[in-house]
Amino acid sequence: MNDPIIRLSGLTKDYPMEGETVRALRGIDLAIQAGEFMSIMGPSGSGKSTLMHILGLLDTPTSGVYMFGEENVSAISREKRADIRNQKIGFIFQGFNLLSRSSALENVELPMLYRRPTDPDRKEKALEALRLVSLEDRAFHQPSQLSGGQQQRVAIARSLVNDPSLILADEPTGNLDTKTGQEILQLLGSLHEKGITVVLVTHDPEIGQATNRRVLVRDGLIEQDEVN
Amino acid sequence: MDYWLTVFRLAVRAMLAYKVRSLLTMLGIIIGIGAVIIMISIGRGANASIQAQINSLGSNMLMIFSGSSKKGGVRAGFGTRPTLRVKDAEAISRECPAVRSVTYLISRNVQIVSPKTNWGTQCYGTTPEYIETRDWTVRDGQFLTAQHLKAGASVVALGASVADNIFEPGQEIIGQMIRINNFPFRVIGVLEAKGRTPDGRDQDDVVYIPYTTLQRRLMNFRLPGIVYYIGVSAQSKELVAEAKREIEELLRQRHRILPNADDDFTVRTLDEFAQTAEKTTGTMTLLLTAVAAVSLAVGGIGIMNIMLVSVTERTREIGIRMAVGARERDVLIQFLVESTTMSFIGGLLGTFLGISAAKAISVLAKWPTIITADSILLATLFSAAVGIFFGFYPARKASRLDPIEALRYE
Repeated sequence: MNDPIIRLSGLTKDYPMEGETVRALRGIDLAIQAGEFMSIMGPSGSGKSTLMHILGLLDTPTSGVYMFGEENVSAISREKRADIRNQKIGFIFQGFNLLSRSSALENVELPMLYRRPTDPDRKEKALEALRLVSLEDRAFHQPSQLSGGQQQRVAIARSLVNDPSLILADEPTGNLDTKTGQEILQLLGSLHEKGITVVLVTHDPEIGQATNRRVLVRDGLIEQDEVN
Repeated sequence: MDYWLTVFRLAVRAMLAYKVRSLLTMLGIIIGIGAVIIMISIGRGANASIQAQINSLGSNMLMIFSGSSKKGGVRAGFGTRPTLRVKDAEAISRECPAVRSVTYLISRNVQIVSPKTNWGTQCYGTTPEYIETRDWTVRDGQFLTAQHLKAGASVVALGASVADNIFEPGQEIIGQMIRINNFPFRVIGVLEAKGRTPDGRDQDDVVYIPYTTLQRRLMNFRLPGIVYYIGVSAQSKELVAEAKREIEELLRQRHRILPNADDDFTVRTLDEFAQTAEKTTGTMTLLLTAVAAVSLAVGGIGIMNIMLVSVTERTREIGIRMAVGARERDVLIQFLVESTTMSFIGGLLGTFLGISAAKAISVLAKWPTIITADSILLATLFSAAVGIFFGFYPARKASRLDPIEALRYE
């Protein structure tokens, strides 16, 4: 394995809440290698969502160091974080989080809209990404005209379209039936086989089994880290 | 460019998603801009008709009055010291390049007797140039000629009001004999009516005879060569001030006035009238502008209100955009473009409404209205500015959202 693309050391996160401080993360040390297919697991309230938000640069840690590749991103500006999210991270959410009034194609184009300089071949690239998830024939459908599984595939195409080095999936099968969930999981697995780093956050041990490495978070600390 | 096109498309789509709401939001701007257009066009129309009224006094006109007499510190007013002479008028005509034509007059109150009736009016003893200097036109017959002036002929041209009062309608007037203070005069012409001055004086209640005739017959040479008034018309509107300067210089020289002494004459221009009129319309414009500003502010607040609702409703959308890499600026621009598009379209509709209403007003109420391209441009630019100004707060609020909170928003 080469150098880790992500290295967390001594990462903590405190939330002030009604006078008290909630310590969501209490010192996380974690390294993720490029091309890994791993899952972060834990019951609700364990801190796994907070960890994912920090990994995805949607939030900043209270203390500790977060190295993204060669760069320390623990305390960079909002603008810089937006740029890294845009260019290096793809998100997949439990609730799909597609723009409801836009077509599948426009949803997939969205990350490219915020990329500078703008790409003149946005449409072709978005279609290419939709082809990858076998939805090119649904390109002009709106999310409401698509099934849950199809919507999640649109979201996966969106996460891929800027060639990210990391894909973060937050309970990607949580809103889907078992069979569709399996299909989505296979799709994520195939992305891993293409060499993309995929980090999956879930509370479902069965889904964790499908990945190559399981990290169990409990009470803001890593309790277990095992390779399947 | 591509980016802006996409952002603009998004804004249009967001507006179309809630058609009725967008239209109601725009209504404030539509009415505000419509009101601005109506008010500007009425204001301009009123201004133009006042301007036209002033111009009816004579184009590019200057009036020279003789100075006031001064006895023991009491100054009696214009014309009480007869200092202006025919020779002054002739010198002005000869020596002032900015001057187009010069006339002069001396006046008396007279009683006119026609075959049927009699009439008391003002009699001007003047020159042929009077008609051109003061922008009059002849309705019937002719005006005084240089021959008449030279010969001191007993001929008279009538103002329209006088003609209508001493002759029956339809009666042949030209060639009739009338008596002015008992001297017989032959009527040679009737002037076109000009109506009243802004202060209500009837400009048509007057008769004109040659200056020389008036001196000889009606004044008995009591004031030889003296005129009450010299009327001058400048070569152009721009040259009025120049003409005034030339005339003052010339007359001071001719009257041998020492450098520090006061003039014994007064040169007045129509600028003084025009300034009063401008002041009036200026006050009106200010008032209308205030009303328009208030209505635009109300419209702008309406836009701000709806944009705040929209930002709240679309919190999740904002969260998604931020998650995939929209920066603060991207979100800010998106909402600003949306509010500006809305107010700009409102401004266009309002302009259209305003123009139609102004046209309707000039047809129905017979008020003159003037619509100019610059007022349309101003109105539309202003509406866009309203969108930017009142859209800024909601857009900033949207751009400052926390992505995690925004994504969680139900």
